Amino acid sequence: MLAEALFFSAVLFTIGVIGVLTRRNAIIIFMCVELMLNAVNLTFVAFSRAYGAAGQIFVFFAMTVAAAEAAVGLAIIIALFRHKQTVNLQHINILKG
Amino acid sequence: MLLQHEVLPGHPLAGTAAAWMWLLPLLPLLGFVINGLLSLIPATVLGPSDPDIAHGADGAHGEAGHGEHVHALDTADAHGAHGDDHHVVVRHRFAGLATFVGPVVLAASFALAVAMFLAMRGLGEMREPFVQTYFSWMPAGALQINAAFQLDQLSMMMVLIITGVGTLIHIFSVGYMQDDPGYPRFFAYLNLFVAFMLVLVLGASYPVLFVGWEGVGLCSYLLIGFWFSDKANADAGKKAFIVNRIGDFGLLIAMFLLFANLGTLDFVGVNAAATKFAFGGALVTTICLFMFLGCAGKSAQIPLYIWLPDAMAGPTPVSALIHAATMVTAGVYLIARSSTLFSMAPVASLTVAVVGAVTALFAATIGLKQWDIKKVLAYSTVSQLGYMFVGVGVGAYTAGMFHLVTHAFFKALLFLGSGSVIFAMHAAYHHTGNHDDAQDMRNMGGLRAFMPWTWILMWIATLAISGIPPFSGFFSKDEILGSVFLRARESTLADAHWLGIPGSAVLYAVYALGLAAALLTAIYMTRMMLYTFHGPNRSGEEERKHLVEAPWTMTGPLVILGVLSAIGGWLNLPHFAAFAGSEEMLGHWLEPVVGDNQLRVTLGRIPEAAGNTETFLIGAAVAIAILGILIAVVRLKPARLVPKAQSPEEQGFERVLLDKYYVDEAYDRVVVEPTVGLSRGVLWKGIDQGLIDGVLVNGSAKLARGLGGVGSWLQSGQVGTYAWVLVVGVLAVLGAFTIR
Repeated sequence: MLAEALFFSAVLFTIGVIGVLTRRNAIIIFMCVELMLNAVNLTFVAFSRAYGAAGQIFVFFAMTVAAAEAAVGLAIIIALFRHKQTVNLQHINILKG
Repeated sequence: MLLQHEVLPGHPLAGTAAAWMWLLPLLPLLGFVINGLLSLIPATVLGPSDPDIAHGADGAHGEAGHGEHVHALDTADAHGAHGDDHHVVVRHRFAGLATFVGPVVLAASFALAVAMFLAMRGLGEMREPFVQTYFSWMPAGALQINAAFQLDQLSMMMVLIITGVGTLIHIFSVGYMQDDPGYPRFFAYLNLFVAFMLVLVLGASYPVLFVGWEGVGLCSYLLIGFWFSDKANADAGKKAFIVNRIGDFGLLIAMFLLFANLGTLDFVGVNAAATKFAFGGALVTTICLFMFLGCAGKSAQIPLYIWLPDAMAGPTPVSALIHAATMVTAGVYLIARSSTLFSMAPVASLTVAVVGAVTALFAATIGLKQWDIKKVLAYSTVSQLGYMFVGVGVGAYTAGMFHLVTHAFFKALLFLGSGSVIFAMHAAYHHTGNHDDAQDMRNMGGLRAFMPWTWILMWIATLAISGIPPFSGFFSKDEILGSVFLRARESTLADAHWLGIPGSAVLYAVYALGLAAALLTAIYMTRMMLYTFHGPNRSGEEERKHLVEAPWTMTGPLVILGVLSAIGGWLNLPHFAAFAGSEEMLGHWLEPVVGDNQLRVTLGRIPEAAGNTETFLIGAAVAIAILGILIAVVRLKPARLVPKAQSPEEQGFERVLLDKYYVDEAYDRVVVEPTVGLSRGVLWKGIDQGLIDGVLVNGSAKLARGLGGVGSWLQSGQVGTYAWVLVVGVLAVLGAFTIR
């Protein structure tokens, strides 16, 4: 049971990573990041079934932080869109010195 | 500070005039400061309407831009192809003051030197040198060098020559240089030279001597290149300076070796400790040979003689003072001063004698075919210096120093006489605007009618240098040759082996070379006199009217030197010519300094020639001299000579002699060109430009720029890229952990 759950969450995480790496749209990348977070949450839950409830507590923390982060992240994306008229990350390279 | 000197307690000279010896070099130094300050003021500033400008530009062969602001300071004063030709006539504003300061400080020094000499004579016997220590100069561990002067019979003699002949030459220069815009500068250099020369002979240790040694080298450089706007003159100065550096290297090594092995550099200390060396050992021989390298540089011996003939580019009084009478004899002085060392090293002494003899003959052959009157005298100086080295080389230190004294008299006279001739020729050419060579003997001829004083005086000097009795050169030359001959029979030198040849054979060869050089000396000197003063005049119709004797400021010193050249031999009369206690005066005078060392060379006995041997020696010397003069008189035909411009090219061996055996060219090929090539190809292009500039300086900049480029390329600003890198990194780390 644990093995299947871990395999499934690894697949989810990899999909998330590939999405982050290959997509250009900030919203999609954001959603992929959420996917990676939830893949990790799934691992926690799976391990808590096997070794005790501490993992569940982590999941709650992670979900709370993810919610806050989602609010901040979406706000940033909206601000970016207002500024640049795009959410394509190829056109957003103001980090470059 | 200078006055706080400590004096050896109880030295008999303390409290006499000799206690003022620090003033000897200080007076010329003061003259240097005053004249040097005067020379900073331009001779005269010419405005655009000044008629002299035309002359200045003309003199400069119309060089572009030269006429715009002729400052006539020093830049405008040397335009002729030859040093003494055609300089602009611009009398310096403060020439009067310089005239006063320059010779007067010298005369004061000379007066002080005479007072010191009288004080020393009053003492009678003085075995220990009088040393004055002024301050501690280089205290560094075991090395304790004091700024100290030392007065003994040898330095006293040199001081008298330097200040005495120096004063005469300063007075001569007043006339000779009167119309030169660099007049105060000339006297400043000349004063500085005398100051350094006095430091050289008064120094109480090798380092103090070395200060003077380098100082006179500097002044020689400055004065050879006095008319520096002509490139040839500036090059001659550089040549002299650089060639001397090679010799100075030798002297420095000798000093290092002395300090490393004896722990002292004071003359007193070295002389006391030197006798502890193994007699004829490798160490003392090495020290002496390195020291002789220094002497060969300063005193123009083979292989470093090449700078002296070129040094004639300087004004003629400089040639007389520095390049004949004083500075170039510093090497002879150094060997006499280090006679304890040299007497311990027979092989080194033989080397000195052989080099001296070969130089004497070699330079004399070149002197046979030179046309420039000063070049003849220059090679003659090299040749006579060779004689002096023969003298000090065979351990006859008194004889070498004696020839130094008489040579100072007659060679100064010859040079000043030639200066007087050049001055007259130049003035005549100047009147008519002729641009011929005023120093070429082919342009002279018959000058005795126009310059009787110079003619007579120069004949006296010629007879003296040729070795005709009773003139001074006869006695000194005869003493040197006689010493060689006697030492070839019985001395430490005769017992030694030089490159496998028995010492006595070497000494007989040296004697033969000396006689041959004496013959050639008589020939080329007579040739110079015949071509300059006899036969028809070749200077041109117009010019002839302007040929006159030089002013009294110039002939006056000539007369005094003429008298000295004639009677200078009385200083050290051999017993057969002596009268009323005058026998070997110089020998007795120098006995406390070099006496023991001469005896060491001659195995403790004073060499005495049997009566018929002595007669033979003197007869041979006189016969050779007379023969030389006769050959010149019979063979040379001044009447057939034509002016320089119409002369045909020399052919064959004459050509080789005129071109000085192509030694300069050979040195160029063997030393100068490889050095320049190495410097240019390897040191400049390779090391400097390639390694230092290319690899180290620009290379490090390129490296930093490259690294920055890589960094800047990595920092694309694309979050996606960053994420890629992050993931790759994570995978790499995880992979590394997994594989392990």
